[in-house]
Amino acid sequence: MAERWRSALLLCLLMAASSLANSETPVSSSTGNETTGTGHETAAITTLPIVTWKWHHVEVPYLVALWVLVSWLCKLVIEANHNVTNYIPESALLICFGFILGGMIWGADKVQTFKLTPTTFFFYLLPQIILDTGYSMPNKLFFTNLGAILIHAIIGTCWNAATLGLSLWGCHQGGAMGNIEIGLLQYLLYGSLMAAVDPVAVIAVFEQVHVNEVLFILVFGESLLNDGVTVVLFNVFDAFVSLGGGAIDAKEIVKGIVSFFVVAFGGSLLGTVFGLLISLLSRCTKNIQIIEPGFIFVLGYLAYLTAEMLSLSSILSIVFCGVCCQKYMNSNMDENSIQTVRYAMKVFANGSETIIFVFLGISAIDKTIWVWNTGFILLTLFFILIYRFIGVFILTWFLNRSRLVPISFVEQIIMGYGGLRGAVAYGLAVNLNETKIKEKNLMVCTTLIVVYFTVILQGVTMKPLVQWLNVKRAATVDLTLVEKVQNKVFEHMLVAIEDISGQIGDNYWRNKNFEEKWMSRLLLKPSARKKQDRLFNVFHQLNLQDAMEYVKEGEHRGSLEFIRNESAFVDFKKKFGEDYEEAMPDIMAVMADDQGSLNDPVSACRRDPVPSVSLEMHEQNMRGLREAEGINSHYLLDQHLYKSRKQHRYRFSRSHLDINQDENEVQEIFQRTMRSRLESFKSGKMGVAPPKTITKHTKREPQPKVQPSARFNRKHKSGIENPVNPVAPSERAQVRTPGHLHRLASLRTSAQPGDTVRDRNLLTPPPPPHRDDDHL
Amino acid sequence: MGSRASTLLREEEIEEIKKETGFSHSQITRLYSRFTSLDKGENGTLSREDFQRIPELAINPLGDRIINAFFPEGEDQVNFKGFMRTLAHFRPIEDNEKNKNPPATEPLNSRTNKLLFAFRLYDLDRDDKISRDELLQVLRMMVGVNISDDQLGSIADRTIQEADTNGDTCISFQEFMKVLEKVDVEQKMSIRFLH
Repeated sequence: MAERWRSALLLCLLMAASSLANSETPVSSSTGNETTGTGHETAAITTLPIVTWKWHHVEVPYLVALWVLVSWLCKLVIEANHNVTNYIPESALLICFGFILGGMIWGADKVQTFKLTPTTFFFYLLPQIILDTGYSMPNKLFFTNLGAILIHAIIGTCWNAATLGLSLWGCHQGGAMGNIEIGLLQYLLYGSLMAAVDPVAVIAVFEQVHVNEVLFILVFGESLLNDGVTVVLFNVFDAFVSLGGGAIDAKEIVKGIVSFFVVAFGGSLLGTVFGLLISLLSRCTKNIQIIEPGFIFVLGYLAYLTAEMLSLSSILSIVFCGVCCQKYMNSNMDENSIQTVRYAMKVFANGSETIIFVFLGISAIDKTIWVWNTGFILLTLFFILIYRFIGVFILTWFLNRSRLVPISFVEQIIMGYGGLRGAVAYGLAVNLNETKIKEKNLMVCTTLIVVYFTVILQGVTMKPLVQWLNVKRAATVDLTLVEKVQNKVFEHMLVAIEDISGQIGDNYWRNKNFEEKWMSRLLLKPSARKKQDRLFNVFHQLNLQDAMEYVKEGEHRGSLEFIRNESAFVDFKKKFGEDYEEAMPDIMAVMADDQGSLNDPVSACRRDPVPSVSLEMHEQNMRGLREAEGINSHYLLDQHLYKSRKQHRYRFSRSHLDINQDENEVQEIFQRTMRSRLESFKSGKMGVAPPKTITKHTKREPQPKVQPSARFNRKHKSGIENPVNPVAPSERAQVRTPGHLHRLASLRTSAQPGDTVRDRNLLTPPPPPHRDDDHL
Repeated sequence: MGSRASTLLREEEIEEIKKETGFSHSQITRLYSRFTSLDKGENGTLSREDFQRIPELAINPLGDRIINAFFPEGEDQVNFKGFMRTLAHFRPIEDNEKNKNPPATEPLNSRTNKLLFAFRLYDLDRDDKISRDELLQVLRMMVGVNISDDQLGSIADRTIQEADTNGDTCISFQEFMKVLEKVDVEQKMSIRFLH
């Protein structure tokens, strides 16, 4: 019922829009109308008009806004039926809606007044989608697979373009296409615009399928990066077509190749520069947090336009802008701003995507481009599919020889099948010059048909295909504790084996790399937070959720008075102590007042709460506590597991603090290891000190900074004793001086057989750390 | 290997190792030069001290355990074959190995053997069970000093709870394999050995 009402509304709006447009001269929605802007009536008036009809005044913006509204209403209608969207991807349905709308307009106007013009598409609709993909790109995944992605993007696209163009030309020569005037160069041009896999279509289709992340990033990354190639190929062949066949010699071809490098790398570099600019800016925007989120949009758009202006690859530019700035933006900006940026990006991206697909549908209903040539169209479809698969198989075969985890055959099929063409190809086709390319309409028509074929047909069949082939899907379950621990164990194991076998493996950056040293200092705010915000926020959210549930339950029963359980009160302040005080003053304020036992479930459990008034509440209490305890275990592990060397590379940090943590962790591990080695050594061979083991280590051990002293101390003040404690307390004080290792060495060398008492003191296995109960 | 300490690797040894571990010729020779560079005593075997001399292992939480894994039960020296045998666990699983006629014994880098290696890291006393204490030891090694024993104990308990299906509060190898069946062990426990 609601849907019917909505559809009716849609139709009414549309008829209104169409009749409005009809009453004036037909105009494309993006180009301006000369008569707007004047607004004032030129006819002589005889009396004061109270209200006047000023359609011309608002025509263009009105139509734009109306179309945006109509497109989004289409999406609303579609999303209302989830059973349909399970089978048919939303993009396909939007195109169908576009057909319907286009048909209505055609029926009203006999001419297609609204279509997707290249300017609108490339300047107003595409940039935000690409910015969103760049900003939310999983960087680690992207860069580990970058080799595969680049090979597919560059070589794959060139292969597609060349083979399509040549095959079509071959068929033309063979007479399969009848009488059309297209030369070899034009075929190659056509091939180049059809070759590119389209990011918008890929997102739209793959997002409903949930394949595993590696497969997704391969197809998706390729669709983004191939823009570099597409732009070059298109421009090169366009220029060649203009120059005519005779003027092409080796020099021009070499220039073409050079232009590829310039366009691709230039675009990426430009994007990176803009990304760094944004990061730098976000460092200083503390006082204007209210418009802080806006900067990324403006600067991202400028990156796009600047690349267009310099005829570099604009998509590459905006992608790298997003990729570079995400890390720094997320650390520098206020939490609210981060949320705002994320949501706004999604709104713009999704909105644009919707509009694009609707207009792709509308653009089809245009008699002028209905030029049918069976041979051309069918052969294009056929060749696109075939050559895509062949290209993927060949390239993956090469790649698999050097990949750690080979891409399976099934995944290759999905990669081939996922080579969807979309609006970018259409935009390029419409941009063709009619005078030079006589058969432009045929090409546009074919492009549209190909786009529909890939988006609708391949989109609909993608999900069943994925299921039928049993492709590995994205992991949706949370890791169990065992898996978490074991993953850590694996990481440490791998690092150790790499060290033992002298391999470099994936660790190309052994030392604290350039990025952490310089970039972080430059681009991150030097604010002092002890741990990463993410964890605190999740912890905070969890607590808030618990609190809200209790409030709801309490209100349900009248008041919150009885939930307060005095003896289960945990002094949150005391438990985490001064450590967290500066770090989360706002949370402290909230928690200090909120005396629920939910804050520290582990300790609350231990405290053996007196049953509260209502037994059911108590039950819920305990259940909640147990669940919370489970969650608590996860978060304890997450917080406290030592990071392996690999992880150190990928962390982002508020410069100083995390580096300090490294030092501490490293010291802890080192001291612990040395002690246990000494023990086993002592038990093995009686009292022969091996000085040689120490000297080598002294050189390698990173010098601890003086700064962490205060924090290092406070971390351990909360009562949980450092296992290093058995060593004399003064030891810890001297730990931070550069000579601390010598001290350890000197202790060792003094461990002569005569020194038995002291030995035993040093070498007893660390006593169970003393627990100060009030500190828990 | 003969009574004379030989620093040269003989062809037939390379062939043996190749058959047993699946490494290629060049990988074996490269790893052999690494072996000899670690072997300061030049007696053709490595002792624990030789491993401990690698500085990065000192700052690896599991460093000592992994060193331990190289040494067979009760021995203090490991020769090159043993060295390679342990390293073979970390070879990536190759697709073509699955297609060729499956070898008589399971290759060292099969998923089961990889998991067995990981299992043995916990299970020091080789009773084929990870007890709560053994788990606690490993957890303690991997975790910072801010977690109290109680907390760590509760984490260990929950971890065992997740895996333990027969209720003996220990994790047997079968339970270990079962609980990790979704984990991509092949990738997480493989490193690319340079040719």
